Amino acid sequence: MNDDRVADTPHVVVEDLVFRRGRKVVFDGLSLTVPRGRVTTVMGPSGTGKTTLLRLIGGQLRPDSGRIWVDGEEVARLSTRRLYALRKRMGMLFQTGALLTDMNVFENVAFPLREHTDLPEELIRNLVLMKLEAVGLRAARDLSPAELSGGMARRVALARAIALDPDMILYDEPFAGLDPITMGQIVTLIRRTNSTLGLTSVLVTHDVVEAMDISDHVVLIAEGRVMDAGTVEQVRAGASEWSEQFLDGRPDGPVPFHYPGDSYRDDLMRGRESGND
Amino acid sequence: MIDFLAHLGRSGLHWLSLLGRASIFLFRVLRSQDAVVRRYRLTLIEIYSVGVRSLLIIVVSGLFVGMVLGYQGYITLVNFGAAEALGGVVALSLVRELGPVVTALLFAGRAGSALTAEIGLMKTTEQLSAMEMMAVDPYRRVFAPRFFAGFLSMPLLAAIFSAVGVMGGFIVGVGLLGVDSGSYFSQMQAVTDWREDVVSGVIKSIVFGFVVTWIAIFQGLDAEPTSEGISRATTQTVVASALAVLGLDFILTGLMFT
Repeated sequence: MNDDRVADTPHVVVEDLVFRRGRKVVFDGLSLTVPRGRVTTVMGPSGTGKTTLLRLIGGQLRPDSGRIWVDGEEVARLSTRRLYALRKRMGMLFQTGALLTDMNVFENVAFPLREHTDLPEELIRNLVLMKLEAVGLRAARDLSPAELSGGMARRVALARAIALDPDMILYDEPFAGLDPITMGQIVTLIRRTNSTLGLTSVLVTHDVVEAMDISDHVVLIAEGRVMDAGTVEQVRAGASEWSEQFLDGRPDGPVPFHYPGDSYRDDLMRGRESGND
Repeated sequence: MIDFLAHLGRSGLHWLSLLGRASIFLFRVLRSQDAVVRRYRLTLIEIYSVGVRSLLIIVVSGLFVGMVLGYQGYITLVNFGAAEALGGVVALSLVRELGPVVTALLFAGRAGSALTAEIGLMKTTEQLSAMEMMAVDPYRRVFAPRFFAGFLSMPLLAAIFSAVGVMGGFIVGVGLLGVDSGSYFSQMQAVTDWREDVVSGVIKSIVFGFVVTWIAIFQGLDAEPTSEGISRATTQTVVASALAVLGLDFILTGLMFT
């Protein structure tokens, strides 16, 4: 296969994905593709299974039916050894950073290098400092995770995620709970990391403005399926009623303000009848 | 009646599923034990954390238990004019029973609860998931070294507990109550059998170490990822370990000394 054809093939393909948690159906026939070398954002309301989707792509969960291909390999069918080999080419940034609390910043970034390579200590040191410099935290290398702010922890986690030079990074809610300055830093880092390293980036978030700003490709999901997908312009132009409500943040619409139930009038009348008894 | 049966069924399924998860966990930990040798540095760190840091409580408790045994043994034996047999009574009580059992109970409270809380917190803060996503197997990196450290530390701690206990009995019996020092140790040597008593005690402590560490690490991994979940898991570790140790002690004593 020549390089152009590889570049044209999607990095991730999800086909007819069905996933249940107990009796709750999280995904009901979800299909989507993630183009290679681009920033793809999966958006949807809280509780729609965005993080679950990342875990399915990373092979931490298995679908009930349907298939997920990453880099041409069907994730659920891989042996543990091949799954781990695939994960070495895949970084993941967790919402909380998920830094190892018994190590300082330097050791956290060095962790994947120490685990998977036999590089000499001097080279590991240089690589770690390069990764930390890229996220602006070289001088914070001796701090412990407890001394970091939420934004700093995420930047260290990003440095750790790119330590093994992966082909793809999965970002789980990278903007949640950040102040505007830190949010700007993370947005810039995601975009810069994507363009300088030529990575495929998959973000899951519900922060519309930031996501639309840096994405090449957007997928909107709700109720276990894809509501809209395409480039930012395509999604904005041809948005369904549901997508318009979501993107504009309108409080009422296809997703009602009131939790579904009996009519308000009937409820009040019932109270009156029981009062008469 | 139907409700009662349904409740009984649900409860049975819950326990069966718990036992199944715990067994699969144990199988995977045992299968990863080669990591204990390959990553001996991690194992040494865990032996320090689980074993060495439990030393203080073990030594202090062993001393007091031995001193109490010295008092109680003397009070009973002196009525029969057999106070000189104190050394044997103290040593047998410690080596056969109190050493392994009390050490296991203290170990569950000190090291077991710490293991559960540590692993529960690693799960809650997604550190275990992060390791998996970095292609690092938590069974080899986290669980196997801790399991081996607990398994190895228990018999050593029990031996230290018994040794310190014998000295506690000596301080009270010989130092305060006037039992002859030579009789204390000669009686101890005369009645304590290497295979019957010492080896049996060591086997007990190995079994207790295995079970307490298994319960502690599994409870941490199985904890609900909330602060309340970790608190519940830590309590369950101590309660389940104590019950398992006492129950197993009865079974092992029955098998060994009948």
